[in-house]
Amino acid sequence: MPTTPPKTTPAKTAPTKKSSNPVPNKERIKMPRQHMPEQPPLVRAKQFTEVNLGYSAELARQEALRCLECAKPTCTRDCPVGVKVKDFVQLIVEGDYLGAAAKIREDNVLPAITGRVCPQEDHCEGACLLCKKGESLGIGYLERFVADYEQQHFDVTKIVKAPPTGKKVAIVGSGPSGLTAAGDLVQKGHQVHVFEALHEVGGVLVYGIPEFRLPKTIIRQQVDYMRAMGVEFETDVVVGRTVTIDELLEDEGYDAVFIGTGAGLPQFMGIPGEHLNGVYSANEFLTRINLMHAYEFPKYDEPMVDFRGKNVAVIGGGNTALDAIRSALRLGAGKAFILYRRSEAEMPARIEEIKHAKQEGIEFQVLAAPLEFLDDGKGWLRAARCQKMELGEPDASGRRRPVPIEGSEYEIPLTVAVIAIGTTANPIVQTTTPGLATTKRGYIQADETTQKTSRKGVFAGGDIVTGGATVILAMGAGRRAAKSIDEYLTTGQWDQ
Amino acid sequence: MFKIVNAQFIAPGIKRFVINAPRIARKQRPGQFVIVRVNETGERIPLTIERSDPESGTVNIVVQSIGKTTHLLNSLETGDSILDIVGPLGKPSEITNFGTVVVMGGGVGTAMAYPTAAAMKRAGNRVISILGGRNKDLVILENEMRGVSDTVFVTTDDGSYADKGLVTDKLRQLIENGTRIDLVLAVGPIPMMRAVADMTRKERIRTLVSLNPIMIDGTGMCGGCRVLVEGKSEFACVDGPEFDAHRVDFAVLVQRNAMYRDAERRSMEAFKRECELEKRKAAEPADEVACALEGK
Ligand SMILES: Cc1cc2nc3c(=O)[nH]c(=O)nc-3n(C[C@H](O)[C@H](O)[C@H](O)COP(=O)(O)OP(=O)(O)OC[C@H]3O[C@@H](n4cnc5c(N)ncnc54)[C@H](O)[C@@H]3O)c2cc1C
Ligand SMILES: Cc1cc2nc3c(=O)[nH]c(=O)nc-3n(C[C@H](O)[C@H](O)[C@H](O)COP(=O)(O)OP(=O)(O)OC[C@H]3O[C@@H](n4cnc5c(N)ncnc54)[C@H](O)[C@@H]3O)c2cc1C
Ligand code: SF4
Ligand code: SF4
Ligand code: FES
Repeated sequence: MPTTPPKTTPAKTAPTKKSSNPVPNKERIKMPRQHMPEQPPLVRAKQFTEVNLGYSAELARQEALRCLECAKPTCTRDCPVGVKVKDFVQLIVEGDYLGAAAKIREDNVLPAITGRVCPQEDHCEGACLLCKKGESLGIGYLERFVADYEQQHFDVTKIVKAPPTGKKVAIVGSGPSGLTAAGDLVQKGHQVHVFEALHEVGGVLVYGIPEFRLPKTIIRQQVDYMRAMGVEFETDVVVGRTVTIDELLEDEGYDAVFIGTGAGLPQFMGIPGEHLNGVYSANEFLTRINLMHAYEFPKYDEPMVDFRGKNVAVIGGGNTALDAIRSALRLGAGKAFILYRRSEAEMPARIEEIKHAKQEGIEFQVLAAPLEFLDDGKGWLRAARCQKMELGEPDASGRRRPVPIEGSEYEIPLTVAVIAIGTTANPIVQTTTPGLATTKRGYIQADETTQKTSRKGVFAGGDIVTGGATVILAMGAGRRAAKSIDEYLTTGQWDQ
Repeated sequence: MFKIVNAQFIAPGIKRFVINAPRIARKQRPGQFVIVRVNETGERIPLTIERSDPESGTVNIVVQSIGKTTHLLNSLETGDSILDIVGPLGKPSEITNFGTVVVMGGGVGTAMAYPTAAAMKRAGNRVISILGGRNKDLVILENEMRGVSDTVFVTTDDGSYADKGLVTDKLRQLIENGTRIDLVLAVGPIPMMRAVADMTRKERIRTLVSLNPIMIDGTGMCGGCRVLVEGKSEFACVDGPEFDAHRVDFAVLVQRNAMYRDAERRSMEAFKRECELEKRKAAEPADEVACALEGK
C-alpha cells in the first residue's frame, strides 16, 4: 500500500500502469545515482564488518525515482531469473517496501544476497536504459534495501504454502542452487530435506564470501525463513560417503533428488614449491577465515599463519581472489597484492569489489604470473619468482590471451601466497552414483531447461553443472529444477 | 549433536568414545575416519574410526591428548555430546588376501590400525602385529589385537613391558629371520612410519602408511591436507589416508604439520589456564575435574 499518495500528475511518457513517480522522465535522467554509504576505507580495512552500510529509506526513494519505467525493460530481460525490476522499484516509490520484497520474491528467493553479490554490471544494471544516459539505476542496492527491510519487518507466520503433497525431495548441498530449489519446493507442499557436508548451511556464501561483503547473519536469516516454511536441514552429511543417492531414493523414500554440490575442488598451478608452508588454496584460506572464524582467533580455535606486517599475494583476478586478498589485509598483511596474468579489463571480479579493494590499498600487479615458489630453507615460503606477460590474441573465452615475455623474470618476497585460479567439480557424488552422466571435465550433465540428469528422479544445477559461475545463475538453476521436480512429482512422467 | 554413549580412558591421556552416529556406523569401512568439531568455537580434527556397530548405530574413536582440541575432547564424559561428526571419510583400506601382513601400531596408531588388521584377518591373511609404546601404559588395544592376529609382538621404548626397543627392531628381526612378508601396514608417529618405510624399501616389501596431515573439511575442498607423493600433490582426505610408504615425502609432511605450532601452543596454554580457573571454582579434588589434563 502506498504510504504517500502521488501528488503530481505522472509523466506523460510513463507507460502501462499509472505511475506513482512524480518526477517527469527528462528530469529523472538528470538525477544522479545515489551513492551507497560505506565504511571509510582505512577503517574497514582493519575489520570484518560489512563495507556497504545500506540505503536509508530516503536514499532508496531518491534512487527509485530515477527509474524510467521502460515499456520493454531490458533490466528484467538481462536478469538471469527475470526479476520484475520496474515493478518493485515502483513499489519503493510508493513506500510499499514489503510489497516490493514480495514482488522480487516472485522470481528470486534470496534478494538480500543477490542485492549484495550479483555482478549487476553484467546483468540488470548493465542493461539498464539509464546506462546510455549516464549511470544505471542502483538495482542491486535497491534490492538489498527492500530485502533488509523485509527481514526486519516480515512476519514469518504469514507464509502461505500449498497443502502437503506427501512427496519427499532430497536436496544435496546447501549453496544458492540448493536453497532456492528447497524454498520453491516446500512452497509447493513437498517435504524437503537438505543435506550438507559442512557443519554450516549456505555453501560458498558461508565458507567463501567473507563477512565484510555478505554478513553471515543475512544467510542465517534466509535459512531461518526456510526452516519456518518447513525445510529440514541436516548438516555433517557427505552424500556419496555418509549416504548415497541410491540409498536416498531406495531406502529413505525420497521421490526425487536435486544435486547442487557446487564446484568446490581447488585447482593448483602445478608449479614448484606449492607444498611450502604459507602457500594456500583460496578455498583453504577463505574457509579458515570465514567458516572457521580464524579472524577471531583465539576466541575460535582455528589458527592461521601469522603474516602481520608481511607480504601477501593472491594469484587470480576473480571475486575469490579479491575476497582472499582483502581478508589478508584485514588480518594485518603489511603489503597485500593481486597477481593477475591478464590486464585489469579482463578481471572477472565485480567492478565494485575492484573499486573497494583499490580504496583499501590493495596493489594490483597485472600481467604477471608466478613461475615458482621459493623455499626459505626451512620449508616456508620466502618469495615467488614471477614472469611478466603481454596480451596476445583472444582465446576461447573471448579474453585476450596472456603471453609470457622472455627474460622478464623477477622475484617478490612473500610470506603467504594464495592460489585463486579457479575450482573444478568434486567427484564424490558422481563416482558413487552409477549411471549419472558427467562431462569430460567431471561436471554433471543436466538438461538446460529441466535440470534433469541421466538418472530418473535425479536433477542437478548450479556450479556442479556449469562450472564456477555466479550466485544468481545457481539460483536460476535451482528454480528451474524445482519447477520440473514439481512437474515430475505431480505427473510421474520422466521423458528426457 | 552426537551423543557420547560411553567414554573411558584406556591409557593415560588416551580415551575411547562410543558415539551415537547411526549413518556413519552403517557405512564405515576399515581405514576410514571422521572429522569432529567439539563445540561452536572449535576446529575440525580428523580421527580414525576404531570400530563401528551398525546395529546399535555407534562408532568408536580413540583419542590421544595432544593439543587443545584433543584435550577438550578427552574432557568429555559419558552422556555429553559432540557438536559435529562427519564421515566416514577417506578411502577404505584395500582388503584382500595378500598372504602375510605385518601390522605395526605405534602408540595411538594401534587403534587406527586395528580395524584394518581385523579385516585383513577375516580376509584370510596371516596377521603378525607389532605394537609399541613409550612405556607399558601406552601400549593400547593389546587384547583386541591378539584377537585378530596370529602372532603379536610388543615393544616398549623403556623396557617397562615386554621387549625393550622400537617396533622397527622387531620388524628387522622378522626380516632377518627370513619371515615371508607380503605387506606391511604401519600407523603411528611420523618418525616411526618413516623408519619402517626406509627399512622395507631396501627389502622391496610393499608398505602402506596412514598419514596424518592437518585437515579441515575432509572432502577434497580445501587442499590443506595435501601431501607430496612422488613429487605430486595428493589430498590425504580423499586420495588417502593410506599411501604407499615408499613414495611419500615424509619431510614435507613434518614441515606442513608444524605450520601452526605457535598458534597451537597459544591455544593449549589458554586452555590450561581456563581449566585451572574452573578447577579452583569447582573447589573439588583435582582428579574429579573434567579437564582431562592427566597423562601430561
Ligand atoms: C570466494 C568466492 C566469492 C564469490 N563471489 C561471488 C560474487 O560476488 N557474486 C556471485 O554471483 N558469485 C560469486 N561467487 C560464485 C558463487 O558463490 C557460486 O557460483 C555459487 O555459490 C554456486 O552455488 P551452488 O549452489 O552451485 O554451490 P555452492 O555454493 O558451491 O554450494 C555447494 C554446497 O554443497 C555442499 N556439498 C558439496 N558436496 C557435497 C556432498 N557430497 N554432500 C553434501 N553436500 C555437499 C558444499 O559443502 C556446499 O555447501 C563466489 C565464489 C567464491 C568461491
Ligand atoms: C586421517 C587421520 C586420522 C587420525 N586418527 C587419529 C586417531 O584415531 N586418534 C588420535 O588420537 N589422533 C588421530 N589423528 C591425529 C589428530 O587429528 C591430531 O592429533 C589432532 O588434530 C590434534 O589436535 P589438537 O588441537 O589436540 O593439537 P594441536 O595442538 O592443534 O596440534 C598438534 C599437532 O597435531 C597435528 N594437527 C593439528 N591440527 C590438526 C588437524 N586439524 N588435523 C590433523 N592434524 C592436526 C599437527 O601436527 C599439530 O602440530 C588422525 C589424523 C588424521 C589426519
Ligand atoms: S537478481 Fe541480480 S541480476 Fe537480477 S535484478 Fe537482482 S541484482 Fe540484478
Ligand atoms: S532498464 Fe533501467 S530504467 Fe528501464 S525499467 Fe529497468 S531499471 Fe528502470
Ligand atoms: S581436508 Fe580439505 S581437502 Fe583434504
